[in-house]
Amino acid sequence: MNSETAAATKARTKMTVRDLNFYYGKFHALKSINLDIAEKQVTAFIGPSGCGKSTLLRTFNRMFELYPDQRAQGAIEMDGDNLLTTKEDVALLRAKIGMVFQKPTPFPMSIYDNIAFGVKLFERLSRSEMDDRVEWALRKAALWNEAKDKLGQNGTSLSGGQQQRLCIARGIAVKPEVILFDEPCSALDPISTAKIEELIEELKADYTVAIVTHNMQQAARVSDYTAYMYLGELIEFGETDQIFIKPKRKETEDYITGRFG
Amino acid sequence: MSAVVNAGRSDYRLPMHRRRKVINVIALVLSLAAMTFGLVWLIWILVETFLLGVDGLRLATFTQDTPPPNTDSGGLRNAIVGSLMMVSLATLIGTPVGVLSGIYLAEYGQRGWFGEVTRFINDILLAAPSIVIGLFIYAVVVAPRGGFSGWSGVLALALIVVPVVVRTTENMLALIPNSLREAAYAVGASKYVMIKSVTLKAAIAGVITGVLLALARIAGETAPLLFTALSNQFFSADLSKPMANLPVTIFKFAMSPFENWQKLAWAGVFLITLGVLVLNILARMLFHKKD
Repeated sequence: MNSETAAATKARTKMTVRDLNFYYGKFHALKSINLDIAEKQVTAFIGPSGCGKSTLLRTFNRMFELYPDQRAQGAIEMDGDNLLTTKEDVALLRAKIGMVFQKPTPFPMSIYDNIAFGVKLFERLSRSEMDDRVEWALRKAALWNEAKDKLGQNGTSLSGGQQQRLCIARGIAVKPEVILFDEPCSALDPISTAKIEELIEELKADYTVAIVTHNMQQAARVSDYTAYMYLGELIEFGETDQIFIKPKRKETEDYITGRFG
Repeated sequence: MSAVVNAGRSDYRLPMHRRRKVINVIALVLSLAAMTFGLVWLIWILVETFLLGVDGLRLATFTQDTPPPNTDSGGLRNAIVGSLMMVSLATLIGTPVGVLSGIYLAEYGQRGWFGEVTRFINDILLAAPSIVIGLFIYAVVVAPRGGFSGWSGVLALALIVVPVVVRTTENMLALIPNSLREAAYAVGASKYVMIKSVTLKAAIAGVITGVLLALARIAGETAPLLFTALSNQFFSADLSKPMANLPVTIFKFAMSPFENWQKLAWAGVFLITLGVLVLNILARMLFHKKD
């Protein structure tokens, strides 16, 4: 862990959030958020329910735009471009920033087609190339051994934990640069949770990961950086070890020690 | 600039993305065209009804009864009152029958042959042409009793209300997640209390919407009344006698060669359209208030 954190300090910044404000209609849900997300590191967002951590995550791929009364102001810069105002099509943007949701969301189609779905949107691959891509994504998501003999079966026939790894594989198959996890384990049993956590550790070799979690131990286990949020504000942000061992703010300490929240 | 770096990395995605965007625009244009085609007729009907209807509308329309042919005076008072009486009575009779049957189908008879058969028959009834229902009531009520009557009209309309309300009630209750039912049982509620205080309460906006839509439907039905309530030239609030009503009056007056009758027919059309429009708007508002 220590050597990793040392490396983390040198990590390049992938996304920069500058003065981000978010509104649900008139409700001011995020108040002037500023933080940097390090490339090929895991950044965790913790805080009590309703603190805005999921809201923040959903601004990164502009998922909030599906709902007309939600709007974001400020800047989220990635590779020098403000994601909120970029001319780039939002579909192309989301291909670069994958997302895994709280409940597994396998599409009503075979395991194979679930993974090919996103790939087909952007690439014209031959059958064998697609086979390779599906295998590659399933291996990356640690699902290949369990799924290789039933690629033609419906994605919903898998267990909850397997479904979640299928969703991760589906995201990876599009070759994103960033993967967002919105409480990916809250509907899973401890063993499935452990597998997903292990997977997240491996994913950061190639991807920038941002994860929202209710589980502080999970944040401590998987992340390099942790952001503690409360009532729409970023209370403290820093290296995970520092946040959990020597938090600078009293509020953070109260929350992580369970005295509050 | 760094945007160039950005573009370079996801460049391979662009060709297919562009193609999809073109297809998207084509599909959007086609669906908008289809929607416009449908809307044009609807708006045309509304505008025409409004213009011709308002032309025939005056105070006498509400205060005088249907006139003899070839006169300049007269109104629709007897038809309006008759329609209001029969439509509201039919709704009052049809709603409890429909809601209770819908509850049975959704909460008790999801499985088993009885529920299946009932659901099937209800669907047939739902799709039955209203003229069939009119003739049926004629055969079993009007003919044996030896005369047309307001009650037989009420019965025919109630028969149209029932299947609509059964369907919507069942569908609305089916939308309630089972976890809510389990939660009610988990605090020790009986099935009766669970339905009355939890599921029916959660579905009530949808159920009332169904009743309003059924009401809107029977407000304009002509065929079932033609063989049952018939019509009445004079004012009558006696349901055991033939009863004037808007749809049959419109039918009779619109087909006539007399200009005054034709004008009154348009006024009647306007009143029914307005009533149905208001009911539909009410139903929508009610349904949206839920969220």
